[in-house]
Amino acid sequence: MEGLNYVGAGLIVIGAGMGIGRIGGSAMDAIARQPEASGKIQTAMLIAAALIEGIGFAALFAA
Amino acid sequence: MRREFLIKSIVFLLFLVSFVSVAQHHDQSGHHSSPATTANAKTSLKKQIKDFINHHLLDSHDFGLYSSEDEAGNVSHVGFPLPVILWDQEAGLTIFSSSKFHHGEKVAAVAGRFYKLYHGKIFKTTASGAISYDDHHHVTNTKPLDFSITKNVAFIFLVSLLMLFVFVKMARNYKKNPLPKGIGRLLEPIILYIRDDIAIPNIGEKKYKNYMSYLLTVFFFVWIINLLGLTPLGVNVTNNIAVTLALALITYFLTTFTANKNYWKHIFWMPGVPTPMKFLLAPIELLGTFIKPFSLMIRLYANITAGHIVLMSIIGMMFVFKNWIGSPLSFGLAFALSLLELLVAALQAYIFTMLSALYFGSAVEEHAEHH
Repeated sequence: MEGLNYVGAGLIVIGAGMGIGRIGGSAMDAIARQPEASGKIQTAMLIAAALIEGIGFAALFAA
Repeated sequence: MRREFLIKSIVFLLFLVSFVSVAQHHDQSGHHSSPATTANAKTSLKKQIKDFINHHLLDSHDFGLYSSEDEAGNVSHVGFPLPVILWDQEAGLTIFSSSKFHHGEKVAAVAGRFYKLYHGKIFKTTASGAISYDDHHHVTNTKPLDFSITKNVAFIFLVSLLMLFVFVKMARNYKKNPLPKGIGRLLEPIILYIRDDIAIPNIGEKKYKNYMSYLLTVFFFVWIINLLGLTPLGVNVTNNIAVTLALALITYFLTTFTANKNYWKHIFWMPGVPTPMKFLLAPIELLGTFIKPFSLMIRLYANITAGHIVLMSIIGMMFVFKNWIGSPLSFGLAFALSLLELLVAALQAYIFTMLSALYFGSAVEEHAEHH
């Protein structure tokens, strides 16, 4: 099947997008609850987002 | 003291390796492209834009600012040549200017030997510039080892010199006066941020000083070079996977060679889990040590490459639309994306530094308790 790899890459990118969205949303919630911990939360958020982003890019390059 | 010297020598050696690997790196993508003659003007414009983007993403042997084509089809290039340094297997070291290639159009004759630039690679050839292929359309001409100062290498040197100049001057100012002066006022908060919010929390009070020099270097290097990539100079050093590979390798070697016995114990004999699980975890953990720098390499490379491709495609859309609605729209979009890329340039430098610090921290962590 031709072009199926692009569909797979698209699915992974959708998943990665949802994942990063959830991380961002949860970080917002956490910051709203504990504004004094915002620095630590931001750092953790960026690391988690970067790790998911890596998977997304790996999929893009595999396609 | 010995460990500090070891770290410094590894960093120095790997920076040297990075220059060589950059010069050696060439992309394969343009390999099978054939000069397609399309009657449709619009598809030919799209192809032109695509070729331009592909060309931009490659490293080149000369520094081109821009090129233009007149009605007769004569292409003129504006820019300046860079030195080509070859190691010919038969004749040894060969150095000449890349202007001899005439942007790949002509065969360069140096001391009776002939070299031709073919899809960004230098091949040894005859006076007529013949290129021969095998069955798989691979070039069979001999390929001399290429240590050229290509565009990427030139910019790595330039940024290194710039950083050396700025930071040495800044350090000298601090000896006279504890208050920062000039550019130091801009850079001091960033350096303090890297120390207080990246290095100390991740590596720990005791050991962080050993790694500060590397973390600061890698942060400013990646940041400045990413920012230069957004200027019209056409610099694209971090879109070269060889550069990010070299940077990730430095992190990998620093982690591996400065790791204490706790780090290795957690890899090969994970404490606190049942014995059968230890055998299962060891290969996974060992693989993890390679995946960490690999993901560092891919992340930086992919982010910057993707940013450049999207930005240039949207700029290219201006010329595809050619009307009063589409073109301003894509201009606005390109402007907004450029601002986003400014953020990405800093963010990727930050994440690279942050994750490096995290890996160093895991390597030197002292575990008193099991977990």
